[in-house]
Amino acid sequence: MDPIFFLQLVLVGAVRSGTSVLYAVLGETINEKAGIVNLGTEGSMLVGACTGFIVTYQTGNPWLGILVAAFAGGLLSLMHAYLVVTCGANQLASGLAILFFGLGLTALIGREYVKLNIVGFDPIAIPILSKLPFIGPILFNHDILTYIAYLMGPIIWFVMFRTRWGLALRAVGESRSVAFSTGRNPARIAYIALFFGGMLAGLGGAQLSVAFTHSWVEGMTNGAGFIAVALVIFGMWHPIRAIAGALLYGGSYSLQLKLQTLGFGISPYLLQMLPYVLTLAILLLWGQASKRATPAELGSPFRTSN
Amino acid sequence: MATNADITPPAAEPIVTPPAVVIQPVEGGGSQLSKTLNGIGSFAGALLLALIGFGIILLLMGKNPLEIYAQIFEGTLGSTYGWSEIVVKMTPFILCALAVAIPARLGLINVGGEGQIYIGAVFASLVALTLGDVLPTIALIPLLVIAGCLGGALWGGLAGLLKAYAGLNETISSLLLTYVGSLIVDFLASGPLKDRSTAALGQSYSKTFPDNVQLPTFFDTRINLGIIFALIAVGLYYWLFKYTRWGYKMRVVGGNPEAALRSGIKINRYIIGAMMLGGAMAGLAGMIEVVAIQGRLRGGISNGYGYVGFLVAWLAMQKPGRIILMAALLGLIAFGGDTIQIEGNLPAASVNILMAFILFFVLRNQGLRAAKES
Repeated sequence: MDPIFFLQLVLVGAVRSGTSVLYAVLGETINEKAGIVNLGTEGSMLVGACTGFIVTYQTGNPWLGILVAAFAGGLLSLMHAYLVVTCGANQLASGLAILFFGLGLTALIGREYVKLNIVGFDPIAIPILSKLPFIGPILFNHDILTYIAYLMGPIIWFVMFRTRWGLALRAVGESRSVAFSTGRNPARIAYIALFFGGMLAGLGGAQLSVAFTHSWVEGMTNGAGFIAVALVIFGMWHPIRAIAGALLYGGSYSLQLKLQTLGFGISPYLLQMLPYVLTLAILLLWGQASKRATPAELGSPFRTSN
Repeated sequence: MATNADITPPAAEPIVTPPAVVIQPVEGGGSQLSKTLNGIGSFAGALLLALIGFGIILLLMGKNPLEIYAQIFEGTLGSTYGWSEIVVKMTPFILCALAVAIPARLGLINVGGEGQIYIGAVFASLVALTLGDVLPTIALIPLLVIAGCLGGALWGGLAGLLKAYAGLNETISSLLLTYVGSLIVDFLASGPLKDRSTAALGQSYSKTFPDNVQLPTFFDTRINLGIIFALIAVGLYYWLFKYTRWGYKMRVVGGNPEAALRSGIKINRYIIGAMMLGGAMAGLAGMIEVVAIQGRLRGGISNGYGYVGFLVAWLAMQKPGRIILMAALLGLIAFGGDTIQIEGNLPAASVNILMAFILFFVLRNQGLRAAKES
């Protein structure tokens, strides 16, 4: 195969399979900027994928589907918010509880919908731009949720670093007590951050079921939510660098798929390790640099002042 | 036994965090009894709320929750078979809870029990397939135990190594390594170790282990030597932290890493050691699963045991006696899931909701209590 064409195929796949994770990474970045780790991201993605699919199937309207998916992902995230913010529970344990809840709930409500198909979102080729040589198909021939995801990065960056709300968010993530003493309400801000984070994760899940595969399978996110938590570190808690992280994951995922279709004599299972190993390797390279970017309150238990 | 009161939830990131559990045996009989009763009452309340929560969801799905609960109850506690399957299920849950609890003493969060199970299973399978024909069962069992523990220790230790020398968060690395571990099993079962006989055409699993490779079973059920191993492991865990120098130092490191470092304790060794020991427990569970239950290596053997073990460890607040109790409870629920899949026509994974609710309400109580005391 022509190497340039091969590269193009891999990059098209990188964008396509990185989108879902990108939503989740952006969502988790917001959570962690408020000082809260949410391993339940995986659960929110599953709930989004499942409800998005069901609503689209029932109404025939994918927009309604993703709206409900985002809302459901946000709601699930509020369970996490209640435990860690209101009750001061351990964040990792709570996150896993949320994940289990999402796993069980979607297995239950999604059971009748396995093996069904929906129309959902199809790729939209943007006129002229999609005809550009090489990069046209890579960047400008995707489903609408992919375009939205890539706009979301800069938007979140703007809100996070250029607005009062973003300042408040970051303040809470750096020091709850200082944020509190400057008249902010850390608990409320954390709740809002987790709700938005969950919504994005829900959208990410819905992108998988409503736009990417047009189907629902139990446990279909397959650890993408965990990957997202890792990629937040890779992106050093920055929404623009998060895009790079998602593309890296999408790229390695797409590379292994394309290598498989080329019929290399390598076991597909070995190739499937690529995204995980690569993520690990890069986190290692980042090493100390990521330490400095870590929000100071990240993971510490929430204690409302009494 | 110490009570819920002395729990300081661990923070996510660096080693300079409070430990998951500060062991302070509570002295004084009267308050001890009332605290224990409080603890039981608080747990019973959480369990009841969880049952109600799951019931409401079942109701919304058009199922009769009482009927489902009756099915779970009859399927599990209503027959000797049910009881025996609870014991079979709780074996890996206990070991995987230890895989979480041991590193938690240092403030480390091991979420990778699932991957450690897989690698333990791989090591045990290699022993089974190479030496299974040569050695008698009695000689194989210790080798299988060692192999399973080694495999798990390798995978857990890898996360510990990355934590100690590269500062990589063990939660993240152990999660990522889980996927790699499970893919290694898929790779081996479909490639190098694949059963090439015509009977296994199109299947991805290893040859059946030779007859000598087995763990003795009891009472004509699937209950096997594994549960004994698990109980011994819990005993060792208790002994390690209560009576040994190593356990004592772990507590010191977990309680105040910086002070420990200044007093000359080599923290990195403890980090790697705790992760290896934790991993070894999960690896042992992997060995038991392939040898006693599956009889061969195949993909997907673990089915979430590592994560359930995490739930068990947290429900039990890392305390040895409670780990056994909670593993039994979640074993019951997990086997109840299998029951309602057959009888109630519900996916087995639905009971994850019940498990999640129990942890939800327990964490809520733990968090609120800790907040009140701070």
